[in-house]
Formats: sequence, structure tokens, C-alpha cells
Amino acid sequence: MPSVVASITVEDTPNDGGGAVTVRWEVSADELSGGVNRYVLYRSTSQDGAFEEVGDATSNATTFIDGSTEDGVSYYYKIVPLPKSMIGQPTPPAWVDAARTAGPVSSSAQWFDWRRINVLVGVLILCVFIIYYINQAKAGKKLFIRKIAGLEAVDEAVGRATEMGKKIYYIPGTQDMDNVQTIAGVTILGRVAELAAQYETYLQVPVSRSLVLVTAREIVKEAYSKAGRPDAFQEDQVHYLTDDQFGYAAGIDGMVVREKPATIFFMGAFYAESLILAETGNSIGAIQIAGTGMPSQLPFFVAACDYTLIGEELFAASAYLSREPKLLGSLKGQDMGKALILIAIIVGLLLETFGIWNFSRLFSVIQ
Amino acid sequence: MFWEHFAVWVAAFLTLGIYSFLYKDNPWYKLCESIFVGISAGYWFVTLFWDNIYGKFWVGVFPPTHVNELGESVRTAQPDYWLLVGAVLGLLMLLRLVPKIGWLSRWSLAFIVGATAGFYLINYFSSNVMRQVQDTIMPLFGSGFDASAYVIIGNIVVAVGTFTGLIYFFFSKEHRGAFGFSAKVGIFFLMVTFGASFGYTVMSRMSLLIGRIDFLLSDWLGLIR
Repeated sequence: MPSVVASITVEDTPNDGGGAVTVRWEVSADELSGGVNRYVLYRSTSQDGAFEEVGDATSNATTFIDGSTEDGVSYYYKIVPLPKSMIGQPTPPAWVDAARTAGPVSSSAQWFDWRRINVLVGVLILCVFIIYYINQAKAGKKLFIRKIAGLEAVDEAVGRATEMGKKIYYIPGTQDMDNVQTIAGVTILGRVAELAAQYETYLQVPVSRSLVLVTAREIVKEAYSKAGRPDAFQEDQVHYLTDDQFGYAAGIDGMVVREKPATIFFMGAFYAESLILAETGNSIGAIQIAGTGMPSQLPFFVAACDYTLIGEELFAASAYLSREPKLLGSLKGQDMGKALILIAIIVGLLLETFGIWNFSRLFSVIQ
Repeated sequence: MFWEHFAVWVAAFLTLGIYSFLYKDNPWYKLCESIFVGISAGYWFVTLFWDNIYGKFWVGVFPPTHVNELGESVRTAQPDYWLLVGAVLGLLMLLRLVPKIGWLSRWSLAFIVGATAGFYLINYFSSNVMRQVQDTIMPLFGSGFDASAYVIIGNIVVAVGTFTGLIYFFFSKEHRGAFGFSAKVGIFFLMVTFGASFGYTVMSRMSLLIGRIDFLLSDWLGLIR
């Protein structure tokens, strides 16, 4: 039997959501001579109780996190060093009895992860900017927003459908309401629906998620009321197809080639169906405006659509279209956050290039 | 054996039906499309029911029991009554079916949108801001000015690309003069990235096509063994 570990300590794993205990030890005296192959950890809820194996660690390890504890329950731990000859065989009970015991220790959840304090500081700075500029906008200060070509074309696209007497299709992506891109997509839908109601053009919104169906219906209904045409709203305008990504794409493709809408909007989160949808719309000659934050799908929209909102342009769209002070202030606040990031990048590059200070560690995030 | 062959023939029929859309819209495609949409909607309904309503909610609130060696019926886990909050929100969504109190479903929507926006803020800020800034800040010429020309050029491209790309996404300033030039460089970087991404993704999509052709030639026609 190899000599037992020199010491063993246990503690509740810090900065976690509970359910874990960290065990540390000093290696066995036999480690250097190669007499230890693995360390096997045992756990019990009483000092003299039956110890059960909870895991093992390689010979040079000195830490083990037991992630299977129940919060509030006291545990005791033992570590048994095993030579190579004992691997795969049951550990003799006498070896477990002879091992040092550490404890009691109990796991608990922490309210705050101190290793991520930099994220909190960053979010707070951003919030300060946003609140400041929202107040400025509310106080009547004019906030400038540059032209975004894709959004300038929204009126033109709806007008074209009206002139041609054809439908407008609005595709809010394939993700659910817990995705910020879908939220941005249905927000823009409100503006498009309002225009469609004013121009008396039929707007069709096929969706792939039940929550998006409910939200989109509410938004379109409200937009029709806002435009003074609540009578023109039909519940079936917003309808469910399927949750399945390619089933949804197949359904829309079929509808598009049969009904030949004049205008198609793709606003939200898309995956592999993006090119299938955009190419079908392109083949029937529809004017297409897309917007997504999915980097891998943007190339397809850029290639197959008339206008594409790239990444953050999609999120800026609601402020751009509505010109509401709250949203404009928020956009300006975010821009100030970006300015701060640009400054940080310049300062950081200089400091690191000339070896003055490891600036990038301020942005290190532990997941 | 018969049913296996039957399933392969049905799958081949549907695969070819979907591909027939490449020629033009036709009744065969319409049939396959309707089957695809209908079956997938039903499949997802059943999957979501068993995964969420049964697997998460029912099993979570009423954990299954087993009989131990003493003959006692014991629970396999503690009931998680927090799940009832989700159940109530789900029921509020169903109130849409009752027009008079349908407005209550907005509470659930507000909760979902608000809670997820807050929840993801930290994740997005960590991954899309902090981590990207950290990866951009580096010694341009190596930690001891010993980097190769290849590495130096790579570092400069990353730094300039990030910097100018970020400038393109400034909305509260007109893209004119030096600022406008930087934004143009930024969009140039974006377009080059999109071009590379386009080629890469098209190649990965080809594997989907190859998968279906492999099915037709091997499983259905048996031409490839």
C-alpha cells in the first residue's frame, strides 16, 4: 500500500451555483518513486460511516471538484493513492480506513461570482451611458442616426407590393421569443404591418414557433389599430407552419412560388434555411430585405437579397423606424459604449505591444 | 423486412419529390411539402409535450418513486415546486382561447421576453464584447518583438479589422471624412469575411446533398455497396 497523502483539505467550491465541493491534497510520499498511479476519492456523510467512491484523479493532480453534492449536507472525504497494479481492482477496505479524513464540509450556492466583476462593471458603464442618453432624448435633445439603406427601403418595398397588388411576406426567422434577433424581427414587423395597413396591402406572416405566433399576432393587430384599420386585420395573416427548420422552409418555398409576393422580409435568426428561402424569393423577382445577426447566414442574404441589415443594424432598426426617444437614447448610449471599447483597444494594443502592462486581462471572462 | 423496404421506398419517393422543386413547382412537390409540414408539426408537438410538459414539469413536480429494500416507496428526487410558476405562465398563454381574458397571455410573453433579455445580456456581453476585446488586444509584434512577418501581418489585420468594423456599426455619427473611410474599410473586411464564410458554408451544405444522394444510390437503388 502506498503511503497516504501528506494532507487533505476540503472547502465549498467558491463562486458557483452550489452542488460542488473542492478537495485539495498534497501528494503521497510514494509519488516521486512512481508508486502512485491514481488517487481515488471517497465520500461519506459521517466521519465513521461507509465511504463511497466519488471519483479519481491522475497521479500528479492535487485538486478534485466533487460536483455531485447536495447543498447543506455535511460530507467527509478520504483519498486513497493506488499503485498501477491495483488499477481496475477493488480497493481493499483497510486502505480506505487507513486514509486521512477531511471534513465536515457542505456545499452552498453563492449569490455573486466575484471572478466576473469585470462583466458587471462593463454592463454598469453601458447602462449609465444608455440611461444618460435616454434622459437627453426625453428632454428634447435631437439625436442623430445615420442612414441605414435597408431600412430606408422598407417604405419603398411595401409601396411596390401595393402598386403591384400583390402580397407582402414577413418571415421572422426560425427561433423562439427567447432569441433577441426574433424580438428585433417582430419589432420591425410592427412598422411593416402599420405601413401595410395604411396601403391596404395584404401582409402574410408564416411563423415556426407558437410563442412567435402569439407575439406576432398581437403586434400586427396593434399595428392595424394604430393605422386606423382594425377591421382589416385577419388572424390568419399570422399563421403557424411547423417547428421543423426545413419543413418550415419547404412550406414557405411552396407558398412563395404559388402566390408570388412582391415583397419578402426576412428579419430574425436564421440557420441553414436562409439560402433556400432567399434564393426562392429571388427566383420569383420579389424585392427582398433581410436582417439577421447570424454571421454564417449573412453572406447568403447579402448574395440573394436586395438589402441586408448586418448584425447590429437589425437591432438598431426599431429605433430607426420609430424614432422614439427611449430607443434613440438607447442606441446613442450603445454607440458611446462602442467608443469606449475602441479607446480600450487602442490603449491596450499600445500597452501590450510595448510590454508595459497586460491590459487584456481586464477583459478576461471565466465562463 | 417488407416494412424496411417500404420505408426506404417512401423516403426515396419523398426525397425525389422535394428535389423536383428544383425543376419547378409541381403536384408531387406539393404532396411532399404537405406531408413534410404536417408530419413535422405533429412530431414537434409530441416531442415538446413529452420533453417539457411531461419530462420537465410533471416529473419535476411529481418525481417518480421506487421501492427500496425495506419495501418502502421512496422518491427518486425532491419535488421542484418552482416549476409551478412556469406551469401557471403556460396556462396564462392558453387563456388566449378565452377572448374576454385573453389579454392575460401578455403577462407570460412579457415575462419570457424580459427574463430572457436579462439572462442573455450577461452571456452576450461576455462573449461578444469582453472576449472579443481581449482577443484583439495583443502585442502586435510578439511579446518580445520576435514575431514572424506572417504573425505580425495577421495581428495587424485582426486589430484593423476589429477597429474599422466597429466604426461601421456606429449609428449616431455620419459616415463622412476619415470616419467614413474607416467605416468603408470596416465593411470591406466584413464582405471579405462573408465571402470566405459563403464558400465554407456552401461546402458544408454540399455534404447534406451528398448524404441524400448516398441514401438514394446505396439504400434505395443499391448501386453503392
